Amino acid sequence: MATTSRKRPARSAKNAEELLGYYRQMLLVRRFEERTAQAYTEAKIGGYCHLNLGEEATVVGLMAAIEERDYLFTNYRDHGYALIRGMDPGRVMAELYGRQDGVSKGWGGSMHLFDTDVRQLGGYGIVGGQLPLAAGAALAVSYRDGDEVVMCQMGDGTTNIGAFHETLNIATLWDLPIVFVVVNNRLGMGTTVEMSSAEPELYKRASSYRMESARVDGNDVIAVRDAAKVAVERAREEQRPYLLETVSGRLRGHSVVDPAAYRSKEEVDEVRAQDPVAGLHDRLVADGAATAEGLAEIDADVHRIVKAAVEFAEKSPAPEVSSLFDYTYASPVPNDSRRLPADPLFPVGA
Amino acid sequence: MAVMSYRQALHDTLRAEMLRDPDVFLMGEEIGRFEGSYKITAGLLDEFGPKRVRDTPIAEEGFTGAAVGAAMLGLRPVVEIMTINFSLLALDQIVNHAAKIYGMFGGQRSVPMVIRTPGGGGQQLAATHSQNVELFYAFTPGLKVVAPSSPADAKALLIASIRDNDPVLFLENLALYNTKGEVPDGDEPAEIGRAAVTREGTDITLVAYSRMAHVALQVAEKLAADEGISAEVVDLRSLRPLDRPTIIESVKKTSCAVVLEDDWLTYGIGAEVAASISDGAFDYLDAPVRRVAMAEVPLPYAKPLELAALPSANDVVTVVHQTLDAVGRRSVGAH
Ligand SMILES: Cc1ncc(C[n+]2csc(CCOP(=O)(O)OP(=O)(O)O)c2C)c(N)n1
Ligand SMILES: [Mg+2]
Repeated sequence: MATTSRKRPARSAKNAEELLGYYRQMLLVRRFEERTAQAYTEAKIGGYCHLNLGEEATVVGLMAAIEERDYLFTNYRDHGYALIRGMDPGRVMAELYGRQDGVSKGWGGSMHLFDTDVRQLGGYGIVGGQLPLAAGAALAVSYRDGDEVVMCQMGDGTTNIGAFHETLNIATLWDLPIVFVVVNNRLGMGTTVEMSSAEPELYKRASSYRMESARVDGNDVIAVRDAAKVAVERAREEQRPYLLETVSGRLRGHSVVDPAAYRSKEEVDEVRAQDPVAGLHDRLVADGAATAEGLAEIDADVHRIVKAAVEFAEKSPAPEVSSLFDYTYASPVPNDSRRLPADPLFPVGA
Repeated sequence: MAVMSYRQALHDTLRAEMLRDPDVFLMGEEIGRFEGSYKITAGLLDEFGPKRVRDTPIAEEGFTGAAVGAAMLGLRPVVEIMTINFSLLALDQIVNHAAKIYGMFGGQRSVPMVIRTPGGGGQQLAATHSQNVELFYAFTPGLKVVAPSSPADAKALLIASIRDNDPVLFLENLALYNTKGEVPDGDEPAEIGRAAVTREGTDITLVAYSRMAHVALQVAEKLAADEGISAEVVDLRSLRPLDRPTIIESVKKTSCAVVLEDDWLTYGIGAEVAASISDGAFDYLDAPVRRVAMAEVPLPYAKPLELAALPSANDVVTVVHQTLDAVGRRSVGAH
């Protein structure tokens, strides 16, 4: 259970290119989330809306460690994962807008992004709900002797719920090819890890389940990727579950509407000082891997992608009310009640 | 056609479906080595091995959710939850996940799984072990809930449930496991969402499911033999979807109805049936729809208290009399 140390910046041209690629992805998450917050305040987006601001290095590092064939389950803080996993940004934004072209056809919203094509099998709004599901997906992989790995993301607060403990136990017992990732942003909503977890070094909890685990700096994209690769390899090659804890910060409130008044200025300053996007920017420039102008061009490019995503969402029609009963059951059966609120159960007077 | 117990029908059907489809597998507490708390899975571990007959830790939320996840990838898990009381620990995975995944993600992945679980009081198991909470699931769109009362239906509905692409809660009953009946050969599935008229009659409709559908038939026979009252019995078989047309057709014929249920009366399944009758056959009704249900207490252990709290055949006879008397129709049949 080693704590992976921060690596020295890559110097080779190949590594510089790789880092630039990650920077572009992190910036995509950053700009998409900023634009999402704006759209939310314009009342274009409804419901609860949780952003990955401050978690960009974690998101990108994790997604770099899994392959196309692998499966991903996340909690409701899922926009960044969807973008980097390969969902179309326009369709992700359309989902936030509740439109027909949304990845979940407007049925899920911000918390429930799902795209079977990229094997991201949900965004889940119930804390801990995705854990048993992810274990079941890993069970299906192993049932079929497959070589896919399931990655199951969750927050720090999730390690206190029963489903976490039931699932970790099952994962070890059944030799499941699954990587649990605890994205420790040090907060539940406003509750700190220390307030809620008797063992605040969360990765240690895995030891109760004889599961290998590690903690890594979640603000360092390369460190996250490399640590996650170790975990994925363990799951794929040895059919053994693994728990990885990433430690980073949350730049804004729990959700868009949360002003986070419970945080001190010092606390916020500390998180800002570790901003992973700004950090990578400065590192790339300091290492001579990029110029500030070059990075600004990437930013402009990313802005265009986000702008196009918003335009796509704006244009996408709302789902037809006539489709309201299309997704209750996959196998249609007789006598399924399909009435709208004012409809009678039976024709009046019949 | 063979005569067999409800237990045997379940066992044989599980086995046949596992032989037919390698994606069908079983999960649950004590189903393998212990052969199931009620021995439905006896012998299956030996025949199919631990991959397909998977003993789980005592973690209803964990293993039920794992079945949901496996079903999302196309397997067909059949989960046994030891009794429906313990399903409450898996409520989140059943109601918040299994029932939602097909719809909430716009129909991208379905959840073809079955949860088999027995309900039933009357075994002196006291309050936490004697509940009938199928209502919680029947209340939930996205789930299907079936409740066979005979060995033949146990077989046909289990086949249908396993082959269905949605999560199905398959309600068994402790008191039914040893009951016997004729079971057709072959592997014809029942249609989920269809009730059955298990006895034709003209004077009154008895609506019931699971154990109470048995009681309804016994009462109907007794009423016919002792008093010449002709009761029709509608066995719901499916609680969601609810086959309202079959109920309505029967009530249009008989003009009065009594609903029998093993759960609590207030907000129960019978309330939904009564409301549906009011909606669909109000003009045909000669009497208010009455319900015979459990007393609204946590079920006690002591035998006399338990017996008093559970709905009995005598209770049904009493309510049928009251209903027919109210409209002066008892004499019709009493000759
Ligand atoms: C079972 C359940 N209880 C409570 C909530 C309300 N809730 C939503 S997010 C949250 C905090 C979760 O914190 P954490 O797991 O650290 O995830 P983060 O939001 O930091 O990504 C809570 C309590 C919920 N969604 N589900
Ligand atoms: Mg958190």
